[in-house]
Amino acid sequence: MDLGIAGQYLLNGAVLGVIYAMVAVGFTLFFGVLDVIQFSHGDVVMAGAFTALAAFSGLQMLGAGSGILAAVLIALAAVSAMALLGAAVARWLVLPLRGAPPLNTLLITLMFGLALRESVRLFYPNGSNPKPFPRLLPGEAATLGSLSLRLDTVLLIAAGLGAIVGVHLLVRHTRLGLAIRAVAQDAETAKIMGIDFGRVVLITFALGSALAAAAGVANGLYYNEVNFNMGLLLGIIGFSAAVAGGLGSLYGAILGGFLFAGLQTLGAIWFSVPAYKDVFAFACIIALMAWKPTGLIAEKSAERV
Amino acid sequence: MIAPQRPVSVLPALAAALLAGVVVAAFLALEAQWEIALLALSLVVGLLISGRFGLTARVEASSAAFPRAVLSVTALVALAVAAVLHDAHFALLMLATVALYVTVCLGLTLQFGYAGVVNFAGAAFFGIGAYTAAVLAQRTAVPHLLLLLAGGASAALIGSILILPVLRTRGHYAALITIAFGILFRTFLEVNDALGGPQGLKVPGMRILGWEFNDNLRLGANAEVSFYFNYVVLAVALAATAFALVKRVERSWLGLSLDAVRSDETAARAFGVDAARWKILAFTAGNFLAGTAGAIYAMIAGFVAPASFTFGDSLILVSIVILGGSGNPLGLIPAALLVVVLPEKLQAIQEYRLLLFAVVVILILRFRPEGLIPRRMREYFPGWRRW
Repeated sequence: MDLGIAGQYLLNGAVLGVIYAMVAVGFTLFFGVLDVIQFSHGDVVMAGAFTALAAFSGLQMLGAGSGILAAVLIALAAVSAMALLGAAVARWLVLPLRGAPPLNTLLITLMFGLALRESVRLFYPNGSNPKPFPRLLPGEAATLGSLSLRLDTVLLIAAGLGAIVGVHLLVRHTRLGLAIRAVAQDAETAKIMGIDFGRVVLITFALGSALAAAAGVANGLYYNEVNFNMGLLLGIIGFSAAVAGGLGSLYGAILGGFLFAGLQTLGAIWFSVPAYKDVFAFACIIALMAWKPTGLIAEKSAERV
Repeated sequence: MIAPQRPVSVLPALAAALLAGVVVAAFLALEAQWEIALLALSLVVGLLISGRFGLTARVEASSAAFPRAVLSVTALVALAVAAVLHDAHFALLMLATVALYVTVCLGLTLQFGYAGVVNFAGAAFFGIGAYTAAVLAQRTAVPHLLLLLAGGASAALIGSILILPVLRTRGHYAALITIAFGILFRTFLEVNDALGGPQGLKVPGMRILGWEFNDNLRLGANAEVSFYFNYVVLAVALAATAFALVKRVERSWLGLSLDAVRSDETAARAFGVDAARWKILAFTAGNFLAGTAGAIYAMIAGFVAPASFTFGDSLILVSIVILGGSGNPLGLIPAALLVVVLPEKLQAIQEYRLLLFAVVVILILRFRPEGLIPRRMREYFPGWRRW
């Protein structure tokens, strides 16, 4: 294979990896504080992309609708709306089921995801068809031999990595992050130390969902198309990535995101039928989970009976 | 001290079976939209009220005391309903579909109602059975009755690929594996030209010993019986067999072991219960039931296509189990009836059905997690009260 095409695959994989990592970090955060999986997370990604799309229509009506500034504005709208949605999910769906069997939490979030998906399909104008997402990032390309390096790709990778690093710094180096880590380690003890458990959970869900919205916007800007169904696969990919990396570990989620993107890219190179790249990537993940059920970076904890 | 009890009579169960027959027939025969909505609403309210006043419990006690009589009467009632509707193609099709959904959900009940093994690929296993039947019926001369077994066997076999990862992992991880499998199954079908791609395959009608299922039966000069009647008989027979089987499993020590594994796997293993073995048994048996039902479905529908076996369909199956009351086979029947028939009869909600079921399941999980007909405590001596 010639070097330029290899580079193209590499860049493409890097963008996908960043998007998957952003989704996976959300799963890992939620699992860390509450030991639950928020199965509607993928649909929050989708809802974030559609919120951005709606915000873009609003901007256009105001007469300001192009360029990086618009991209930043609609991303902010999506991020704040999804942060609220995430907190609402935690407040009304996840926290009330704390005492119930884990299966019920799984089911309720799964069904909430279905409800989100169906609501967008039914109530967003013409929502059942794929919708074009505006090209807002500059599309200039620098050509290096046979590799064309597009500016928007580089910007997306940079912004995505920036968001992940930001969350990482927040969790590692602030008082809030300390509270989140304390709750993740031992909720009971954290409560005794005076940490407001409910508030930390809500903030964590808001944080993870905001990151999901950013992933949704990035996905829209990269493919220039959004679809009410896109969250299903993105959510499962993000979850697979988080699990493959090791649930509960931030680094694991990032590693898993890039691993999955790498597998998909390999699959795209090896198989002529495009759909097989997902089949290949998931088959690898399922095999990985059969081999290492706790993921590559295992959470350091023993299960209490 | 055991309180004196009224002797358990067979009457409540028989009355319930007859009433259920009338409700089902009315549900399928009614046309006016408000009548259907009213009937569905009164079915739900009636079930909740009879649960509150202990009527459901008495029905269950009496059917547990006279399992054979009740099962045969119920099957007769189902046939009577089918006979009443003998020339209404659509109503009979619905009836057969409900019976098949009940069968698949009985499989899911074995899996996560009893053993606690989650399976969000119910529709995929249903589809594996359907595609197996379609391919075998099209390309080989396998006797058609054997296709049912073949459908079930292939679903169980393909499901066994997932056993290792499902066993090694727990709860959420197992959910991920089955969800991924369900989605990949559909992708695989859509790109596979040998299986017809997105258009799917045509399936010839069922033929047993020269008896064509797809011919309408003529009775005398001007009476005709819809060909769906044949399939209703077959589907109801399958559902009744599966129901009896699942009920017996529940009552036996198998069910006790499954319950132990679900409610606390660590404790169960500490007491020497081989958790892996019971999970494999439940998972395989459940997929077998789904595959068998799928084989019949393929022949009724006359074609199979990937669009019939989506993740959304798997979630609908799960909704039926939750709505009925997780782990209670009896609850599946009204739940399947509501979930399958209501959107077909009420055009107003057809488009919104997935959203509606999603919201209903969320509300149930939040406010009544035990479902329409809650599963009861184990009772080894029917009719005996624990002081």
